[in-house]
Amino acid sequence: MSASGAPAADALAGAPARAFSAGSPAAAHALDAARLALLRDLRLAFRKRGQLVQPLAFFVLVTMLFPLAVSPELARLRELAPGVLWVAALLASLLALEFLFRDDAYDGTLEQYALSGRSLTGLMFAKTAAHWLLTGLPLALMAPLAGLSLGVPPPAIPGIIVAVAVGSVALSLIGSVGAALTLGIKRSGALLSLLTLPLSLPVLIFGARATQLAINGAPLLAPLELLGALAVLGVTLAPLAAAAAVRISLE
Amino acid sequence: MTWTWFHRLGSPPYIYALAARLTPWFAWPAALLILAGLWGGLVLAPPDYQQGEGFRIIYVHAPSGWMSMMVYTTMAISAAIGLVWRIKVAHAVAASCAPIGASFTFAGLVTGALWGQPMWGTYWEWDPRLTSELILLFLYLGYMGLRAAIEDTQRADRASAVLAVVGVVNVPIIHYSVTWWNSLHQAPSVMRLARPNMPPAMLTPLLLMLLGFTLFFAAVLLVRLRGEVLNRERTASWIREAVST
Repeated sequence: MSASGAPAADALAGAPARAFSAGSPAAAHALDAARLALLRDLRLAFRKRGQLVQPLAFFVLVTMLFPLAVSPELARLRELAPGVLWVAALLASLLALEFLFRDDAYDGTLEQYALSGRSLTGLMFAKTAAHWLLTGLPLALMAPLAGLSLGVPPPAIPGIIVAVAVGSVALSLIGSVGAALTLGIKRSGALLSLLTLPLSLPVLIFGARATQLAINGAPLLAPLELLGALAVLGVTLAPLAAAAAVRISLE
Repeated sequence: MTWTWFHRLGSPPYIYALAARLTPWFAWPAALLILAGLWGGLVLAPPDYQQGEGFRIIYVHAPSGWMSMMVYTTMAISAAIGLVWRIKVAHAVAASCAPIGASFTFAGLVTGALWGQPMWGTYWEWDPRLTSELILLFLYLGYMGLRAAIEDTQRADRASAVLAVVGVVNVPIIHYSVTWWNSLHQAPSVMRLARPNMPPAMLTPLLLMLLGFTLFFAAVLLVRLRGEVLNRERTASWIREAVST
């Protein structure tokens, strides 16, 4: 598959509809198309590794600002750690949103997706899933490093990884709607954060709470379940809204 | 058929004339109700036994807070109607709602802060209601920002409508998560504004103000809607006739 977007989309539109043994042909088509879109996004991303590292570097940098700005005392930093980690993760995922649709809108791939006759909702879900695999999951794996530098006790690390991994699913999904709505707007960075941040606040609240409980060594299942609920709600609704927004931007 | 009245609501010239005719029917009752409510609230109602005279700001604060949510709901419903049935007038209603709602939200925040200073000893307290009100203000600002950023009116209509619908799904989630967040940090040490057992002398003016604010919103919405329709239809031929009369 070529690195440029349009031929890949052609391949997608003409992809042989391999019917699965179960389910209707239409559902099988949608799944097939979504799988191809997901693989394509991952392949393209790994050809531009520099871009992948940027949000992660940003995440670590932002957490590094706090010891420098507040105090190097680990006891104080440990108190701030949940907030610092989640604000940094939120900002990093916001930064990464820019890459979600920009190239595909620029080279016409999104238009081809919309015209392909496959479910655009499914394709949006695939794109968001790829985005989470490329930014959310690495953020979750990077969180221990940032956490340890803020004096988080090692037993808290697994809980923090799970919380960031689940929370970033919701963040990616909310962000996909914002990114789709601001498609085609020049210098949309500030607007994108104005649209996305208020909607992300519940994730921030429950994520920071889960992290706090993990640091205290308390059971953190309740906020994790709420994060999971937000992620599930996002999976159900966000691709629909993102698909509608992409169609509007192509009108 | 019986549905013609409904279909006519989608026609810009008809809605322009209708809005002009209806405005005084909302504006005058609104003025009377607000005056009566203010008189009842600021003069007739007895001072609160705990908060003294300071409680009287509730007569502006509570209706503003109530309107901030109601206007957002109105905006989201009309945006959804515009999105689903592609009715231009519905989008115009949604667009007219946003600045009004943002103003009510702002008024609610400012009066809340002014009330907080004598009652809590600070202008800003991370009280869950004030916080969700602040978030609501940002939702309004985002909606208006998105609308302003897209030049093509139809695209702006549809994109901001998607945002309004996404927002209305999120408003309850945000509200409850903020309430939950706050209850972890501090016990509610302050008195709640809306206590259920309010004496009638205090409650009646509040209800008058609520009704008055609602009608005031309707009147301002109609005026803004006319402006919005004029702006959108500025190239249409009916405008010349409508404006010259």
